[in-house]
Amino acid sequence: MPLVLTEEQEMLRDAARGFLDEKAPVSALRKLRDSDDATGFDRDLWKEMAEMGWAGILVEEEYGGADFGFVGAGILSEEMGRTLTASPFLSTSILAATALKKIAASSQKEEHLPKLAAGATLYALAVDEGRKHAPSKTALFAEKAGNGFKLSGAKTFVADGHVADKIIVAARTAGAPGEEAGLTLFLIDASAKGLTSNRTIMVDNRNAARIEFDAVEATGGDVLGEVDGGYLALEGVLNAGRAGLAAEMSGASQQAFSMTLDYLRERKQFGQSLGSFQALQHRAAHLYSEIEMMKSAILKALQDLDAHYGMAGPICTLAKAKAGEVAKLAAIEAVQLHGGIGMTDEFDIGFYLKRIRVAQEMFGDSAFHADRLAQMRGY
Amino acid sequence: MTELETFRTETRVWLEENCPEEMRGSTRGEEDICWGGLRWEFRSEAQKTWLQRMASKGWTVPAWPQEYGGGGLSKDEVKILKEEMRAIKARSPLESFGIWMLGPALLKYGAHEQKLHFLRPIARGEIRWCQGYSEPNAGSDLASLQCKCEDKGDHWLVNGQKIWTSYADESDWIFVLVRTDSTATKHNGISFILVDMSAPGVSTKPIKLISGKSPFCETFFDDVKTPKEHSVGVSAVVGEINRGWDVAKYLLTHEREMISAGGGGLFGGRGLGEVAAQDVGLENGRLADPILRAKIAQAEIDGWAFLLTLERMKDEAKSGQGVGANSSMLKYYGTEFNKRRFELMMDSGGSDSLEWEGERSEDGKLARSWLRTKGNSIEGGTSEVQLNIIAKRILDLPNA
Repeated sequence: MPLVLTEEQEMLRDAARGFLDEKAPVSALRKLRDSDDATGFDRDLWKEMAEMGWAGILVEEEYGGADFGFVGAGILSEEMGRTLTASPFLSTSILAATALKKIAASSQKEEHLPKLAAGATLYALAVDEGRKHAPSKTALFAEKAGNGFKLSGAKTFVADGHVADKIIVAARTAGAPGEEAGLTLFLIDASAKGLTSNRTIMVDNRNAARIEFDAVEATGGDVLGEVDGGYLALEGVLNAGRAGLAAEMSGASQQAFSMTLDYLRERKQFGQSLGSFQALQHRAAHLYSEIEMMKSAILKALQDLDAHYGMAGPICTLAKAKAGEVAKLAAIEAVQLHGGIGMTDEFDIGFYLKRIRVAQEMFGDSAFHADRLAQMRGY
Repeated sequence: MTELETFRTETRVWLEENCPEEMRGSTRGEEDICWGGLRWEFRSEAQKTWLQRMASKGWTVPAWPQEYGGGGLSKDEVKILKEEMRAIKARSPLESFGIWMLGPALLKYGAHEQKLHFLRPIARGEIRWCQGYSEPNAGSDLASLQCKCEDKGDHWLVNGQKIWTSYADESDWIFVLVRTDSTATKHNGISFILVDMSAPGVSTKPIKLISGKSPFCETFFDDVKTPKEHSVGVSAVVGEINRGWDVAKYLLTHEREMISAGGGGLFGGRGLGEVAAQDVGLENGRLADPILRAKIAQAEIDGWAFLLTLERMKDEAKSGQGVGANSSMLKYYGTEFNKRRFELMMDSGGSDSLEWEGERSEDGKLARSWLRTKGNSIEGGTSEVQLNIIAKRILDLPNA
């Protein structure tokens, strides 16, 4: 498959850009922050997105989705990255949609996917327990109790965890923390007894939550996929999330870079444009090259998720590793090259630095993925 | 069967029948390359046969038009030919600067008579060309070149010096950038001229590089008389007089694409991690040197992303979305990556990688390659020049 967007995909991108520029620019995020909005995103906006088919971008048409594939989902992520749009898109439309589509039984699909595609039900994926991403270290335990399970433990850094109606949680049903075998995925109602969700306001002013499970009851019908064999399924979902986050970081980097270039052209010091200084030109040109490398890795990852979902682990790891590094560079350079104004809250560039910091951490930072790639390649 | 499928089948059969057994198997090094030319001594009868057979089909330059000695193949057919050659590990029958550089320049800027006169001997490997671009005082600032070319009525008179002329001491002809108007602004007085190296006054001197031997030479022109026409209607100047910079720029872009593609090609074969695993060993399944491991993993990430970018740029060009100046980005990134890669190979090899002579190290093969890569980010326009081009032509940043 050629590494370029199809005409249909380009149309989706152009439409998304137009919509987001108008309805959800960075000023919208600023407003959510300044008003201490408890939801952390705009529900009306999410409704509009759902009406355009974004909530169900990955969902098959028979369940009311747009079925645009991972490339389509990545395009939307990238465009939301440009405008730093706060929405439950990652957690509901990429993570949960992938989990339901790839792992769920048909009865579960029938129950959940139409509501997900309509934007009516919000989901969250609860994986990490410590400060660094490590799915195999899952310790939250699901003890067998009668015909069902009782879940006890705590999850952290759960995107949209405080507003989600349903939580997909990775639990240990066998083995010990550190082992890949023995994991099971559960789909739990957020209002279940014993489940406490605390919103953690993050540096990027987006949502995350710490969720505590105190003997939360689940039935066999709440299990997603296989009991004890959930690790591979979880990896697949995480890969989709990593590619989505990488695409979001790509959009954010490109926008921060574009703002920086505008500034370099306009701002005059020593009687000339900043952009005419070779020291700055070379930094900009290097960053441009890195951004191009990142874009290639991400597009390939998204295409491979569509074409060979089960084999896309290494390329998604590449995309997340590369995007994490490049986006950080883009954000750091953006602030530095803006000089003093880049440090002010009034100016938008700081929002990019903050969001990128969070996105590069989620589901494995660059070091995590570099290590993973080395392991995959046998060294 | 579609036309392309038929072409594939016929090509496979032809190659199987015509590619000598000795011409199959990977190219080990310089000794396996056929450069052609008047002074060429074939390394084997098979090398000669293979060149003649391929040239008879026009497949030494498969994409060139048939009237100029090419195969007249479409892009898809060229791709199939390459795939089928790879499948039987057929070596390239002929490499040359005529194929890579002068040919494309003539096809784009040459007059019909020039193409007829010069392209066939290139395709058949009869004439070997070299390139005269840089001068001792015109490197990154190539357009400040001073090699003088005066109009003497029926001939041009060339005086000056070129440097980094690869294989000049083994070549028959040279394409040279010369100054034909010293009063014009620096980009406007340059011409692209073709000179017979057997003409009196042309001399060459090899340059030894830090890596040991090298193909590079200095080339001197002392009162060299070059006829205005090399044959009836065949001008010595390609393109318009004083507009040689257009041709030069076109070829530089072309050269950058080749160098950056080469950087990607070098990435093939054994991966860095694999080499290091053998050199320094594993502990608990991980490279025994954790810092080297981290550096190699980072490099493999960047190398993979670079290969994908080469692919994406090709696909963008095919669909008409390409940005021409991106060849500068690929040249910059690819050559800088290649230097980094060889630094890591040297780190991984430790003191073994420092051996310069002897069988064990194949006469310092790694050390010499490592040294040679330092030139990658200098030749064909330095990394700094590429960054300047990106800043101005892609990012639209202002001039100083």
